[in-house]
Parts: sequence; structure tokens; C-alpha cells
Amino acid sequence: MSTDVKVPPQQLPVTHVLAPEGVKLPIYMDNHATTPMDPRVLEEILPYFMEKFGNAASRNHSFGWIAEEGVETARERIAKLVGSTTKEIIFTSGATESDNLAIKGVAEMYREKGNHIITAVTEHKAVLDTCKRLEKYGYRVTYMPVQKDGLIDLDDLKRAMDDKTILVTIMAANNEIGVLQPVAEIGKLCRERGVIFHTDATQAVGKIPVDVNKLNIDVMSISGHKMYGPKGVGALYVRRKNPRVQVSAIIDGGGHERGMRSGTLNVPGIVGLGKACALAQEEMATESVRLAGLRERLRDRIMGKLDEVYINGSMEHRLPGNLNISFAYVEGESLLMGINDVAVSSGSACTSATLEPSYVLKALGTGDDLAHSSIRFGIGRFNTAAEVDYVADRVIETVERLRELSPLYEMAKEGINLKDVKWAGE
Amino acid sequence: MSYSDKVIDHYNNPRNVGSMDKSSNDVGTGLVGAPECGDVMKLQIRVNRDTNVIEEAKFKTFGCGSAIASSSLATEWVKGKTVDEALTIKNMDIVKELSLPPVKIHCSVLAEDAIRSAIADWKKKQETTKPVAVEAK
Repeated sequence: MSTDVKVPPQQLPVTHVLAPEGVKLPIYMDNHATTPMDPRVLEEILPYFMEKFGNAASRNHSFGWIAEEGVETARERIAKLVGSTTKEIIFTSGATESDNLAIKGVAEMYREKGNHIITAVTEHKAVLDTCKRLEKYGYRVTYMPVQKDGLIDLDDLKRAMDDKTILVTIMAANNEIGVLQPVAEIGKLCRERGVIFHTDATQAVGKIPVDVNKLNIDVMSISGHKMYGPKGVGALYVRRKNPRVQVSAIIDGGGHERGMRSGTLNVPGIVGLGKACALAQEEMATESVRLAGLRERLRDRIMGKLDEVYINGSMEHRLPGNLNISFAYVEGESLLMGINDVAVSSGSACTSATLEPSYVLKALGTGDDLAHSSIRFGIGRFNTAAEVDYVADRVIETVERLRELSPLYEMAKEGINLKDVKWAGE
Repeated sequence: MSYSDKVIDHYNNPRNVGSMDKSSNDVGTGLVGAPECGDVMKLQIRVNRDTNVIEEAKFKTFGCGSAIASSSLATEWVKGKTVDEALTIKNMDIVKELSLPPVKIHCSVLAEDAIRSAIADWKKKQETTKPVAVEAK
């Protein structure tokens, strides 16, 4: 057996490139996976581990009251950010739990009204796999396709709805391609038909304005760690008026969170989520402009140097910090390996556990070959213009090197149409 | 996902990258894999007709780091071997040498296929060109 020492790629020694001044390596540009905590959030959280450690459900002493105060401040901050009332915010362990609670909770509560749920093929697995499970329990699920730009077709949605439809669950912003669905219009269609509308807004809240009333949202999942808050905390917005929506609990116990989510509250996490929302509220307007500028800078620099580079998903309806590009003739994982001092993601099968390329990109009609060649850049609050330039240059240099190594690039340059080749592996 | 030092070395310094004239009689070309699967390897050998020794090998690969390393290693290994010796190279030898994890074994399989396919192409050329050579005399 070989005894080679294996190290994760991000820890590989970087010997061949020197970082320009002001750029600290490695660079984190994978902010759709998670975000670093904002130091102001950390500062707010810290007292809640030791001095203010009480159980927010303790009614009879100051330890409990102080913890509860922290929780209620957080609830107010979240409610303010999304335009809801405080009673409509339920704390959870994160967006996956929020999605589960929303979908399973609505499905159970409205079982007598109907058994049909509509979602889209590009949803996060937390939504798709929850819907799949419900199919086993007799629910009928429509998985809507998306158009080439990643957006659903509202006419498809209208056609998919029938008198048994109880829930439509469509995400606000996609985690891979950053595409923004027409949430307000979806909400309006649902409202007209008396169907509950849930949106997984994990990537959207804190990044773009999300107002549950303006957007006709009935139930909405929120995550802490995607907006510079802590991991392990999230929230679910559940509308109480016009119309009143109810969800059955999926976790039973002490009846916390108005009976919808039992379990002692994660007070430090909740406080952090609240602070993250307050910061987002204050800074979103300027931050989103800055991030969109950095994103354009990255795109222009890469596309100015490389040909046959394809953007996945709509550029018009997109999160400011997202860029998802396919570099034809270059496999994604090998590209990641070449830019090992930069943390980004790929839709290549080689980087996933399933050996299948990104189902989101496939849903857009991107061929498997280009899905294997995709890279997701997630620019966030702490990225700088100098980092963007460095990342772009590393990508350009690595793509050029790998194309020299690529038989597909060579064939394409010889004028061979790769689609016409009879591949042995097919 | 983690890579062994040898995979990283082949990735950073791939051996024998390039192409040879695939129409040449003493060159055998193997093209295996498919873009849809995320791996395509082209491996070429130039064989001495008198000794059957592979004197030159070149590759180009579209694929992950392990696929690049597997094909780079394959060119190193076939060079200097006779075609019959080269046919004894097994994918598991590549797995061992590069410490490939189970999910990357298919890369080594593809490299073995590429060697076999290149040799088969060369052999086919020898069969079809021999009669021509006789006539020329």
C-alpha cells in the first residue's frame, strides 16, 4: 500500500504564484455555500454563551428573561427585514429544517383540501427530497421544468395548478446559478387560486429586498449562515393574516415557537441571525451595488481573455454576487485543482458524490459536457476588487493551460464538431 | 476530495503532452471516453516497425486531475516498452502508483483503454499497410 500523504486541495502549498499586494491567500469566493460570520455578529453573540446563557423558555427568573429578550430582539429584526410581524417568525435549525417544516407542515395541515404540490426541478435538495418523501405518502408532486435562463414559465405554473393543489414551493434565488424567480407573480397566481406559496429564500434574504407582503409570500425559509450569521440557525416565516396559514409541527415536544417547532431555542444563534438581518437591512442597498460591480468586473475580465465561455442562467434576474460560467473543453474539477488558492465550486460530476453533473445546469438545457465545465463564483461582503482580479487571472491562466492539454479543444480548433464524433464511452 | 502527491505532480507537470500525426503509419491513436461523461483521453504512440518498441508517446486529456495524471503516467510507462509489454499494463497498477481513491478508479480504467486502443489502431495500420508495402517492392 502506498503511504502518500493526502492533503485537501485547499491546503496544497501554493508555490508558483505570488499574491499581489493586499490579497491574502487562499481567497474565499464560495459565498453561496456559506459565508464567514461578520465580526459585528460575533460580537453580538458572544455574551449569550456565558453571561446570558439562560433558557429563553424559563419564565421565572432573570436568566430566562434576558435570553428571551435577546430572542425577541432578533425576531423583531428579522420581521423588519422581511416586512412581517414578529409572531410570524419561527426559529429553526436552518433552512433545510425550515423547508421541511414548511412543506411537510402545509401538506399535513391541508391534507383534506388536496394532495397536490408544485415545485421546480432546480430547487434545492431540501425541497426536492422533501417533496419526494411526500410522494411516498400519497401526495402528488409536479416538478416544473425551467426555461433556458433558469426561470419558470408562469403559464406552465398556471397549467400545473388544479383543484387539488395545496402548495406551490419555488425558491426565490437559486443556490447554483443565482437566478431570481418571479416570486411576486408566482405569489399572485397562488393567492388568486387559494394555494399556499412557500419560497426557499435562503440565498435571497439579506442580499436583495424581500418583502413578504409585496411578494405575496405565505411561507418562507431563511438561513443564518448565508448572510454572515452563524450556522445551525434559520427561521420560517408563516403568514398569520390574509390569508392565515398554518403548518403542522414536524418536531414534537415542549411546544416552543407557538407549537410549531419544539426544542430549546438556540439563543446565541438566533441573536446572531437577528444581528445579521439588521446589518443586511442597513447595508443591502450599497452592498448589492458593490457586489454586482465586482461580479461584472470578474465576468468582463474573464470573458475579455477567453473564448467559448458560457454564462449559465439569466444575467438580468440574478443575485448580485453570483456568476456561474462554463469553460468549454475544460473539466471543472481539474480547473479547481489549478486554482487551488481560490475557493469556488464546480458543477462537475467529479466534485459531487453522485457522479452526475449539476442537475440545475442540466435543467437549463446545458449539455452534460458544459455542466462538467462549470464553475460557480459566489462573491460576498468581504471580497475585494483586488481579489476579483487575482481570481480572474488565475482562472484565465489555468483554463488556457488546460485547454492546451485538452483533446476536445484541439479537435474543435481543427474544425471537428464534437457533437458529430462517435464517442467510445457513450 | 484529496489528491496524492503523485497526482498533483502529474497535474502540475504533465509528461509527454502533445499530438502526433494520426495519419502516419507508425503512429497509433487511442481516443476514449466522452465529453458528456467528463473524461476524454487521447493517447498516441509511435512504434518502431522493426523492434515493435514504443519510441514516443503523447497524450491530451479532458478530465479531472486524476484522469490527467493517469494518462500522463500511461505515456511514461509505455515509452520504451514493446507493444506486447505495453498491453500488460493494468489499470490497477495505475491506481496503486497514483494512490487513486475508489471514486477515481474509472480514470485508470480509461487510461488502460487508451493504451489498448492506441495499440489496436497501430496494429490495424500494420495489417492494412503491409500488402501495400509488398506491392511497392
